Amino acid sequence: MADPAQIFRRIAIAGNPNTGKSTIFNLLTGMRQKVGNYPGVTVEKKTGRFFGSHGEAMELLDLPGSYSLQVRSPDEAVSRDVLLGRVPGTPRPDAIIAVLDASNLDRHLYLVAQFLELDIPVIVALNMVDVAEKRGLTIDLLALKNSLGVPVIPMVASRGQGLIELKQALSRATLHVSECKAQLPIVLEREVAALSRTLKCHAGSVRPEAMLLLSLEDERLAAEVNGNPTLLAEVHAARERLRLSGLDPIAAPVDARYAWVSEVCASVVHRRGEDAHGLTFSDHVDQILTHKLWGWVAFVAMMALMFVCIFIVAQAPMDWIRDGMGALAKWAGAHMPEGDLRSLVVDGVIGGVGNVVVFLPQILILFFFLGLLEDSGYMARAAFIMDRMMSRVGLHGKSFVPLLSSFACAIPGIMATRTIENRNDRFVTILVAPLMSCSARLPVYAIMIALLMPASGVWSQAGVMLCMYLLGILAAFVMAGLLKKTLLRSETPMLLLELPPYRAPVVRGIVQRMWERAVVFIRRAGTVILALSIILWALLHYPKPATPEPTQSEILSHSIGGRMGHAIEPVIAPLGYDWKIGIGLVASFAAREVFVSTMGQIYNIEDAKEDNEDLRTQMRDERRADGTPVFTPLVCLSIMVFYVLAMQCISTVAIVRRETNSWRWPLFQIAYMTVLAWVGAFVVYQGGKLLGFQ
Amino acid sequence: MSADAENAEPRSEAEPLSGLQPGQRGKVLAVDVPGSMRGRVMEMGFTIGTVIEVVRFAPMGDPMELKVRGAHISLRKAEAAGIRVQRV
Repeated sequence: MADPAQIFRRIAIAGNPNTGKSTIFNLLTGMRQKVGNYPGVTVEKKTGRFFGSHGEAMELLDLPGSYSLQVRSPDEAVSRDVLLGRVPGTPRPDAIIAVLDASNLDRHLYLVAQFLELDIPVIVALNMVDVAEKRGLTIDLLALKNSLGVPVIPMVASRGQGLIELKQALSRATLHVSECKAQLPIVLEREVAALSRTLKCHAGSVRPEAMLLLSLEDERLAAEVNGNPTLLAEVHAARERLRLSGLDPIAAPVDARYAWVSEVCASVVHRRGEDAHGLTFSDHVDQILTHKLWGWVAFVAMMALMFVCIFIVAQAPMDWIRDGMGALAKWAGAHMPEGDLRSLVVDGVIGGVGNVVVFLPQILILFFFLGLLEDSGYMARAAFIMDRMMSRVGLHGKSFVPLLSSFACAIPGIMATRTIENRNDRFVTILVAPLMSCSARLPVYAIMIALLMPASGVWSQAGVMLCMYLLGILAAFVMAGLLKKTLLRSETPMLLLELPPYRAPVVRGIVQRMWERAVVFIRRAGTVILALSIILWALLHYPKPATPEPTQSEILSHSIGGRMGHAIEPVIAPLGYDWKIGIGLVASFAAREVFVSTMGQIYNIEDAKEDNEDLRTQMRDERRADGTPVFTPLVCLSIMVFYVLAMQCISTVAIVRRETNSWRWPLFQIAYMTVLAWVGAFVVYQGGKLLGFQ
Repeated sequence: MSADAENAEPRSEAEPLSGLQPGQRGKVLAVDVPGSMRGRVMEMGFTIGTVIEVVRFAPMGDPMELKVRGAHISLRKAEAAGIRVQRV
């Protein structure tokens, strides 16, 4: 990789959401990508390197999709701050690639109008020219280039067309700042100039800063100039003068830019034929997918298909991994001398990590589906359909996407809340997101369902699984409604949601993101889970009882882990759990999936004979002192309910701490979810017993 | 329809965007969206003089889907009520 000092040009790639920005980013940088974070916020900073047409090293920064520099969400704030050179450690880019959807220049040129005000060279990547062509739009490229004053590269990024031309444009020795701009009303221009003189910041970004401040709504302005009363007073005075001269400071720049956009479009975009009101492909699809009846059918069918695939398609690769781990453990067992070290490697490391890695196929399938739904444009329709329901509990259709992603993992779900504009709504979504059954619960559900109904078919097992998911959803809704009425009271937020045209998803992009997730998951298995497995192994084996030749259950009972399990037994006995399950609960406080590996370790210790019996059989045969089975159906259900509702994930705690910027919220979240879990499990177990179940 | 009848039922009167039916179109006269989202509503294309088409209502009757400057944007009825339009 090139020396950072030798980077010829730093380029930012920006545009509205759903323009194919990431596809172009991937095309340019291939696998040479780096994902990090911006200081203070958790918005992903994606950078990549590539070489220009003459071999110049370039750095490309993928900015989050945004509609405007007048930001409304943390994601958009990052784009704005980078372009204004406000972010420490991220130099102001030397050029911007503005990615536009050629079939909707009317709207997408608005952001370009703002970029042109930034005094940074802009290169327009006019993406999806094929779609525009199909819709009967002819775009006069030369006229567009002349009206914008910047290079315009027509592209079909999904097929790699236009890449060479884009690279050539980026490699030019000098890039010019365009002279073309939207003409602002003179009074406004005068105020912007006056305010610019008082602002102290990067020389090139003074004017856009002033422009942004003048046209900010009062609610946001206060936050923006926080701690600078003189500036605030000056902005207010300037606005008052504007209002007196009959200008609305918020509407005026928007009107001016759109007037300019309309003028450009009128000379550049030509429609063929009379089909201006004709229905597009997306319109036809939406007639079904947002239909009063078929819309629901399609929605339910898609969700059902996703979960069925997770359970059926993932089965074979999961078996391979399980067999592989089993063979590895056997091999290690056969080649190591009897003793604690062998036990550590076989039970602790291979068993602990293996029981978690097994779930990789399910996680990948889930991410594949989520990627497909997102990239095809369906996710926005799901938000559209679900908004009415979400707004009942005071949430937003936009909260649907983070909550759906939380089925894979709460961490990307919580990160996806950054598109939610209102702080309180964002926090409510963050607080309830871990109630959505994430993939780490799958191992727990899977083993409990296998114990609960060993003889049943895949469909009825999937049915129980579905109930657990539904319970999580119900709990999330109830809690969201409660939180919105109490701690995080606010109006039901405004919905302003774009329904982008449907597109064939670029499978390569989805697979790349799946790969990234897989790496994160495996790294986690190799670090956090590995460490926890070793610690757990030690907790379950030490200290050793003083008696000579102790039996395996004496070792377990005497160990620290065993004592912890005994210590919490009074609290969990009303839920139907014995002290061994208690060990599992304690151990999985850091990560839910550890429950399964803990159970594996516990029963491996107990099971003196080294046979290949799998964990399920061992658990089924487990008996209490009085000879009754430990894992009765009711206990299995109670455990599942506990895991649906409990917050047991250190990584989520960390991300909530980062996203809410305080310890208050993650601690509150742990507290309320633990209480909820205990009460839920208590009701299931005791209620079930009252009704005469076992 | 006679000229008188047209005058008796003036078409130029401002009405809330939420009152339009799917397929109907209106020209924006005023954007009175409360709170901090007013600027963003305009930036999404709801500027004065723009013609907006109601595409459909969501399966549960709310929100509504609107076609603005070639893009499809969804707004709740309560919010769309703040956008006053003149039917065209």
